[in-house]
Amino acid sequence: MQLARVIGNVVATRKDESLAGLKLLLLQPLGADGSDAGRTLVAVDAAGAGVGETVFFVRGKEASFPFYPTEVPADAGIVGIVDHWDLG
Amino acid sequence: MILARIVGTVVATRKDPRLVSTKLLVARPMDPHGKAEGTYLVAVDTVDAGVGETVLIVSGSSARMASGMKDCPVDAAIVGIVDTVDM
Repeated sequence: MQLARVIGNVVATRKDESLAGLKLLLLQPLGADGSDAGRTLVAVDAAGAGVGETVFFVRGKEASFPFYPTEVPADAGIVGIVDHWDLG
Repeated sequence: MILARIVGTVVATRKDPRLVSTKLLVARPMDPHGKAEGTYLVAVDTVDAGVGETVLIVSGSSARMASGMKDCPVDAAIVGIVDTVDM
């Protein structure tokens, strides 16, 4: 899993029917110092996250597991909202 | 998933039988501001997208979970047409 900041919402009226009702959020992955690291991506939200929050997300087919048994065509999914994190 | 703009179409007569009657489009990944980034990719279209539209592309094995793509040899599928991106 990877840390990211939610930086926006994506609205798509016409989409795969399995995505209906799901929230699509724009993520900026974060580096160890909390700075932006890597390309932005769109993820489905399984944790009730919102813009400005720090979250962690899974990549790959696992992104659809929170919505089991529906097979959601997603390769990135938010699975947790980070309260705080530190590197010891 | 990534944001991308559709820039073209692909026609292939000889292909895997499970790709027969699928629509293949050329997409250019882009950042949320609309700036192109990365290399072009070919994605199978499941939502009737067209050239010039901004779309949502799912990659890897998840692409097979798009509508009608079960057990098809695809690793990129267009699963949404983007109306707006709010930053």
